[in-house]
Amino acid sequence: MSKQMLSSELMVGLQEKYLQDVAMIGDGFQQALLVNSQCLLPVMNTVKKDFLYQFDMLSNLTAVDYVEYFEVVYHLYSLSLGQALTVKSRCSKVDPQLSSVIGCWPSAEFQEREVYDLLGIHFVGHPDLRRILMPEDFPYHPLRKDYTFTPRKEKG
Amino acid sequence: MGVNDLSVEGKYDDEVLNKNFILTSIDNVLGWARSNSLWPLSSGLACCSMEMMAAAAARFDLSRFGYEVFRPSPRQADLLIVAGTLTWKMAEPLKRLYEQMPEPKYVIAMGSCASAGGPFADSYSVVPGVGEILPVDVYIPGCPPRPEALIHGMLELKRKIQNSKLGG
Repeated sequence: MSKQMLSSELMVGLQEKYLQDVAMIGDGFQQALLVNSQCLLPVMNTVKKDFLYQFDMLSNLTAVDYVEYFEVVYHLYSLSLGQALTVKSRCSKVDPQLSSVIGCWPSAEFQEREVYDLLGIHFVGHPDLRRILMPEDFPYHPLRKDYTFTPRKEKG
Repeated sequence: MGVNDLSVEGKYDDEVLNKNFILTSIDNVLGWARSNSLWPLSSGLACCSMEMMAAAAARFDLSRFGYEVFRPSPRQADLLIVAGTLTWKMAEPLKRLYEQMPEPKYVIAMGSCASAGGPFADSYSVVPGVGEILPVDVYIPGCPPRPEALIHGMLELKRKIQNSKLGG
């Protein structure tokens, strides 16, 4: 099965449909669709259900800690059309919140829990947003850049 | 006839030996029995468990020493081989497994991670040595230790059990 990025015509189609709420960034295999966080769910519903896109698989969901914002990255794949799409959405560092995409792809459940656990982004609409890798009583989000760890034992 | 009567000791030994008796201490018998038939719990945490499986398989054949009965239930096991990296998330379940094992029970820390945290000693998520949460009897160095090293560790444990005193 070949994996190719979504053709630019279809990208432009999305751009025209959602106007200022989406933007294309990067090129080639780096190309991604940057979606306004308010508009994330409608765009995701479209790319999943629309006949032209049919992104029926969420192959990866992760997030990046930038200086000014958190960026959540969705790697989508269409098994029927053999095309791939990267969607990115940003949220503020003060009160990081984003809509959950479990309604579109149930496989997002564990991945959103992991992002919540390690970076502390709250996914609104997630039915069971608990820590998944760290112990329940762990007080921090360890993949944040401002997290500093002091070893329990200083070594001699 | 007094047992402590030195003049008749030889005669007494011959008598009991002829009837297939051996005089020894409870410590010795229990130590001999326990140390020759350890039942390890089959619990692997990380890559060290591959070496543990190799030690039990045909090439290294742990069963030569009577230790091949890896049990799937802690209720049937008396040896916990901590084979691999222990995270704080896994620490609670492992402690619970240890508590479910019947006495007497022994713990082997296999490899650098189980002994002292290994390369992850300074990590926020890894226990720096299972000695933090369990009483360890034998530490085996290596990353991972070869099957021979695990066998050596179990023989060291055997020596330790044979020389232990009841209640001690």
